[in-house]
Amino acid sequence: MTWGLENVRVGFGHRIALDGVTVPAGPASVTVVVGGDGAGKSTCLKTLVGLVRPQAGSVRRPAKERIGYVPATAGLYADLTVQQNLDFSASAYRLPAGQRGQREQQLLERTGLAGVRRRLGGQLSGGMQRKLAVALALLHAPDLLVLDEPTTGVDPVSRAELWRLISAAAAQGTAVVVATTYVNEAARAASVVLLEAGKALASGSPDAILRGVPGVVGTAAHRGGGGRPDPLSWRRGVGWRVWAPDGELPAGVERAAPDFDDAVVVAELAAKAGR
Amino acid sequence: MWAMVAKEFRQLRRDRRTVAMMIVLPVVLLVVFGYAANFDVHDIPTVVVGPGARQAAASLRPPFHVTDVAPAAGESAARSKLQDGQAVVAVVTGGTDVDVLMDGTQLFSVQTAEGALAKLSASTRAAGVAAPPVRQQILYNPRLTTSWVMVPGLAGLILVFVGTLITSLGVVRERQTGTLEQLAVMPLRARDVIAGKIAPYLMVAAVDLTAIVLIGMGLFGVPFTGNVATFALGAALFLLVTLGMGVLISTVSQNQGQAIQLAFMIMLPQVLLSGLIFPVTSMAAGVRWISYVLPLTYFIQISRGVMLKATPISALGQPLGLLALLAVVVLGLAIFRFRRDLAPSGRRSRDAKPRDRGSEAVAA
Repeated sequence: MTWGLENVRVGFGHRIALDGVTVPAGPASVTVVVGGDGAGKSTCLKTLVGLVRPQAGSVRRPAKERIGYVPATAGLYADLTVQQNLDFSASAYRLPAGQRGQREQQLLERTGLAGVRRRLGGQLSGGMQRKLAVALALLHAPDLLVLDEPTTGVDPVSRAELWRLISAAAAQGTAVVVATTYVNEAARAASVVLLEAGKALASGSPDAILRGVPGVVGTAAHRGGGGRPDPLSWRRGVGWRVWAPDGELPAGVERAAPDFDDAVVVAELAAKAGR
Repeated sequence: MWAMVAKEFRQLRRDRRTVAMMIVLPVVLLVVFGYAANFDVHDIPTVVVGPGARQAAASLRPPFHVTDVAPAAGESAARSKLQDGQAVVAVVTGGTDVDVLMDGTQLFSVQTAEGALAKLSASTRAAGVAAPPVRQQILYNPRLTTSWVMVPGLAGLILVFVGTLITSLGVVRERQTGTLEQLAVMPLRARDVIAGKIAPYLMVAAVDLTAIVLIGMGLFGVPFTGNVATFALGAALFLLVTLGMGVLISTVSQNQGQAIQLAFMIMLPQVLLSGLIFPVTSMAAGVRWISYVLPLTYFIQISRGVMLKATPISALGQPLGLLALLAVVVLGLAIFRFRRDLAPSGRRSRDAKPRDRGSEAVAA
């Protein structure tokens, strides 16, 4: 069964937080919702798990027992140990006593937290807290796993470990929806929704998004290719990228194959330009 | 320094509830407490029994307020009325003396009654009217020991302070640390969460209350003459209301500061308005109604009745029933309020128009 949001609108007071956003969440696949701060990623995920009610559109999700959710704040009890946090989640999801020990041990080993099971949640490093939060959300083997920026502020090694957990859950049939600000994380998803100011600028597979980049992208040593400053250029590594919506790059700018990072920036520039 | 002052004012301006409480609360408390603080007793419920009941009742003047005249009844009926709390003074006629029995758990009423009886007897003598000698007897607390009356009530008051304050932080702490969101997506019902929040504190508070009562008995020699099970039932209902009030406060507060302020607003009136210090019947009618919505008012009736007067459960139906009603109302409100936190998707966005309704399909 496919879960997700379809053409959803959410408003808080007079502010529109989501406007016609569709987020698919198919089984055994990872959907990444990518966007900057305040783009509407958290609202999107909260609507999906039932914390926010949409004004329009439709939401499909499994029963609460079959959802695993990690809020942006991780949602751990800082004054409970790792083991006690696991025990609480296992009880809340009514995990059969016979399965608890094995499942907890399995997740603790996969998250590298087996050695700190007696440490208080509040005494774990940021990365460890995130891993524990994901482990708690996976404990009852949910059908839908929703993670709000699980890798924000986490070191690269822990990020890789977290993504291994996320991929493993998807491989076992779970529908995973992850919000992130890291564009490179979106590239590994089956489906991506690029959010900006509550609107989906682009969505589909990373390849489809790449194919849909309008105009052409080029590389230059200087901003705008050495000519006059161009608002349609951005720094990339030691050089600059230039986007030509009409397909004509300035002199001195070499055409380049856009990657996913470029696709995201172009989508935002195109939205700002009203294209 | 000015940077700090400006920052604090800006923060204060955003927390309107705190500002309102800082300005309004002192005024309200002063007015309420001012009208409640009254040691003067103007109304002493009195029963008169025995063959000369009608004549004796006719001779009684305020503050005695004759609620029942029963010529056919005897001393045992009069004692029952005092034990059940239906009267503070009972006049028993028919013997060579007139016996005046008084409920020693009502300190101020008894002191007022003693003064009034002395005046009555002096005026009778001055008028040269022949009257049978009056024999006064103070029951349940013959020496009018203050600690005997205070300890049963103080035990409750201490639990109000400890219980309400601790539970008032329970839900709001989850809100502030972000775990409330996690609870909201878990398959937990609001009533399970509320019960789970209260149960551990109920157990600790029960142990606490037992210890306080035992220590009070040991240190101050307060008797425990009644049925322990009746006391336990009253205490359990009282603790349920007290802890439930804390949770209710927690569900309507956005941060721990607000919760503590609200908790104090609930706790302070119980010190002065519950009948612990000032008799409820002496309070101005405008503030007396507040006493009747405070759980401590009823717990004091139960604890003093059971501990000092061995009041049977049959005579405590009203305070026990009202405590049970308060428990249902307070816990019901807490669950109702908390359900909004746990299932916000069940309510519409604040500014949503009737046509604004998205569909949500949840698979079984």
